[in-house]
Amino acid sequence: MSEATIQGQSVIGKVAHDHGHAGHHEHDHHEESFISKYVFSQDHKMIAKQFLITGMIWAIIGGLFSVLFRLQLGYPDATFPFLEDIFGKWAQGGKISPDFYYALVTMHGTILVFFVLTAGLSGTFANLLIPLQIGARDMASPMLNMLSYWFFFGASIVMFASLFVQTGPAAGGWTIYPPLSALGQASEGSKIGMDLWLVSMALFIVSSLLGGLNYISTILNMRTKGLSMTRLPLTVWALFFTAVLGVLSFPVLLSGAILLLFDRNLGTSFYLSDIVVKGEILPNEGGSAILFQHLFWFLGHPEVYIILLPAMGMVSEVMSVNARKPIFGYLAMIVSLFAITILAFLVWAHHMFVTGLNPFLGAFFVLLTLLIAIPSAVKVFNWLTTIWRGNLRFTPAMLYAIGFVSLFISGGLTGIFLGNSTLDLHLHDTYFVVAHFHIVMGVASFFGMFAGLNHWFPKMYGRYLNNTMAYIHFWITFVGAYLIFWPMHYQGFAGMPRRYYDYSNWESFKQFIELNRFISTVAMVVFAAQLLLVFNFFYSIFKGRKLKTENPWGAATLEWTTPINPGHGNWPGEIPEVHRWAYDYGKDGREFIPQNEPVGPNESHH
Amino acid sequence: MSGFFILAILALAFLVVFQIAKASEYVSVLKGEEKTFLQNNKINAFLFIVFLVAGLVGVWYCNELYYGKTLFVQPSASDHGEKIDKMMWITLAVTGVVFFMTQIMLFWFAYKYQYSEKRKAYYYPHNNKWEVLWTVVPAIFLTVLVGFGLYYWFGITKEAPQGSQVVEITGKQFNWLVRYPGKDAVLGRKNYRLTNASDGNALGVDWEDASSHDDIEASEVHLVVNKPVKFVINAQDVIHDVGLPHFRLKMDAVPGIPTTIWFTPKYTTAEMKKITGNKDFVYEISCDQMCGSGHYSMKGIIVVETQEEYNAWLADKKPQYVTVMEGKKTPVAVADSATAKPIAALSK
Ligand code: HEM
Ligand SMILES: [Cu+2]
Ligand SMILES: [Cu+2]
Repeated sequence: MSEATIQGQSVIGKVAHDHGHAGHHEHDHHEESFISKYVFSQDHKMIAKQFLITGMIWAIIGGLFSVLFRLQLGYPDATFPFLEDIFGKWAQGGKISPDFYYALVTMHGTILVFFVLTAGLSGTFANLLIPLQIGARDMASPMLNMLSYWFFFGASIVMFASLFVQTGPAAGGWTIYPPLSALGQASEGSKIGMDLWLVSMALFIVSSLLGGLNYISTILNMRTKGLSMTRLPLTVWALFFTAVLGVLSFPVLLSGAILLLFDRNLGTSFYLSDIVVKGEILPNEGGSAILFQHLFWFLGHPEVYIILLPAMGMVSEVMSVNARKPIFGYLAMIVSLFAITILAFLVWAHHMFVTGLNPFLGAFFVLLTLLIAIPSAVKVFNWLTTIWRGNLRFTPAMLYAIGFVSLFISGGLTGIFLGNSTLDLHLHDTYFVVAHFHIVMGVASFFGMFAGLNHWFPKMYGRYLNNTMAYIHFWITFVGAYLIFWPMHYQGFAGMPRRYYDYSNWESFKQFIELNRFISTVAMVVFAAQLLLVFNFFYSIFKGRKLKTENPWGAATLEWTTPINPGHGNWPGEIPEVHRWAYDYGKDGREFIPQNEPVGPNESHH
Repeated sequence: MSGFFILAILALAFLVVFQIAKASEYVSVLKGEEKTFLQNNKINAFLFIVFLVAGLVGVWYCNELYYGKTLFVQPSASDHGEKIDKMMWITLAVTGVVFFMTQIMLFWFAYKYQYSEKRKAYYYPHNNKWEVLWTVVPAIFLTVLVGFGLYYWFGITKEAPQGSQVVEITGKQFNWLVRYPGKDAVLGRKNYRLTNASDGNALGVDWEDASSHDDIEASEVHLVVNKPVKFVINAQDVIHDVGLPHFRLKMDAVPGIPTTIWFTPKYTTAEMKKITGNKDFVYEISCDQMCGSGHYSMKGIIVVETQEEYNAWLADKKPQYVTVMEGKKTPVAVADSATAKPIAALSK
């Protein structure tokens, strides 16, 4: 059955390619049931929407969790009776319990890093943009693509279920270091919740691998005629490197997770040695708790770039389109993406400078880590030069793109502190790290996602998002993000540790109570503003202003040559042939030249 | 009740925003989309400049408010920390310049090159000279940062000097256990299977090892000012981290894998009280690695004092071995019976 469908797909593709209209007709007559169109869809555009909406639901849940734990940090002495009404024993007397706090923090991190900014971001935009921008009718394997979503859905169900078990979900931090995560005796969250976490992540990794392999093979094999690799839009390049990172590093996390499952349930000692927990002497000897950290961060560091690269790609694209000017240094942009990808595999131990890592080995990781700043700098200056002497249109997408660059600068620079092991001795696991990664990864990547959402929403739904709501959302979020995370650097400079439930008993850290209250308040406002975005999204799907033209932004890439509401197969007729790179904006006095326009006889060379 | 109130306000705010948003869409249709676009563009360009200016003021203001609450206003309490502070300032200077330069360029360009019907975007796809410039210049600065960084790093992580005081710190959920090697300056051997807190052996010391007999166990860390100290760090259950904010250092405590860190404390606790003007000042050990629900309360205290004070504190401390054996009420042939004890401990 399923194979037949795959073949059916590719036949449609081929026919359409060879015979133009014939294939198109066949496609139109193909009746789709609700199930095959909206649920088990194999259309990459529908799968993109599935990833997006699932990601959005997770983002609301994950965001809400942060509001809850910020409530504790901002008001450690207050009680909120409504919390007890909702959460029962987890918030007895209206006060979030430490176990609950740590469960919230852990699930916040897990959800946002993996479910929102990996699946929700790559899943959405790789699916939507790769076929559309490379001129393909669908992914190399629409079937695997569909499975990729449904494995993600399965992972989501398991993770969601873990929120409701008696002992609560995982609570050892999103990095789930053993032995804490391996020993049920050590923490409530290390009981069944942790097994569910691991199973969910295993499903998630399968999803990510199916997706990634598909993206890679699609990009390498299915580009339309004339679309050489060096003519690809930077979005596709970024998504390509993202997929490569994921395919090469996620399996390592999978192995780490499986060994952890063994240690938990089968009595093995991969990560355990010499342990006395709550007075109980465990038999395990010979394992290494640090081994897990190596396995985790071998994925964990590439993971942060898996989150960031798609945002970089989309920002490059959006910025060039709205500056009405080519992206500056296209090749340098690709080379720097490549350099970041390679280096991303070689720096993982910068998360482990204070684990007792050999200092000599640490020195290499310092060097390699700080090297990343070079391609990062290249990218920043290329973006700056892209807007320099442009003619900037501040569509909402463009605002987010500019916001992204600002955030990437702010957060990237603090990486230079942390990558220097000497400074990490002081700053590791303080709020400085929290500030660093929220700005550079969390908020920046969200901005990349928002830029993409605003830019390609018309392609997804044939309507525009509401501009006013988008502008309000942008400004509240942009200002709010800085208000929340900028002062955290100061907390870090005070050595204030992260993942503390309450600071009031600490002579060294209690001076920040007002600041914590301020941050919590802003966090709530910013969270509310995100609901505005969600509302705008669903409202505009049904009520947004309708598109009147296929190419609303005057963009040169291929997705805008499809009809306003493209069917499965994307182009009703033949797939356009590509004659030029993706960035001919403002050339020879013309607004833009689409990629599928042949090079004119008098056209200038650049 | 207040929760309900907040929700009501929120809902109202939403409604207002939504109505404005809808209305502005209608208005834009009436006015013509071109005109609305121009207007929005101007507003947002202007807001970028406002953001830049307000942001710079905000950076200054934030610094005013919180600089005094960081450790920058206290001298580092260890010699290593001084190097770390110096490195911090070098890094702050370099990154600070880049930060202001790039952010100002970004928002200034956004404002200056906002859409105008008169301007044509400048077709400028690449220029290798620029690319080389912004590859090489950051590379030079980073070389400097790596150079200084590693110089300090190797200085800090080299072997502790001969004659350093040794203190063993063991983390467990959720407190720190401290052990001193006693007169022989050697910490007695441990075997985690001997751990038995109710039997006075919370650390699992192997009493068979005679060098353990003078080891002293305590709940606080006492250090002598200006005397190098080496911490031997252990954990019993999960990973913890000995966080020493005032000394600008930290080191993980990993079950099964002892780690070490050394430094020289520069100021006694009493001196720090004066320096910071805080009569409640204490050197705190904060656990810096997530270790369970009590992580946030896992505090240790370090007292830095003069040699005399230290000696006085030590004078009335009894070795743990002696305490344990006295408790056994078998004062005869203490040394012999010690061999039998671990077995008793093993059988829980
Ligand atoms: C100039 C570039 C960067 C450098 C040198 C750098 C360096 C570092 C270092 C050394 C740490 C470990 C800090 C510690 O735990 O003590 C760290 C943490 C982190 N970085 Fe970066 N970083 C850079 C850019 C990025 C980017 C672009 C992202 C994401 C898109 C990112 C995401 C993270 C995350 C998520 C963590 C914290 C993980 C955790 O402990 O929970 N960093 N960074
Ligand atoms: Cu990293
Ligand atoms: Cu801890």
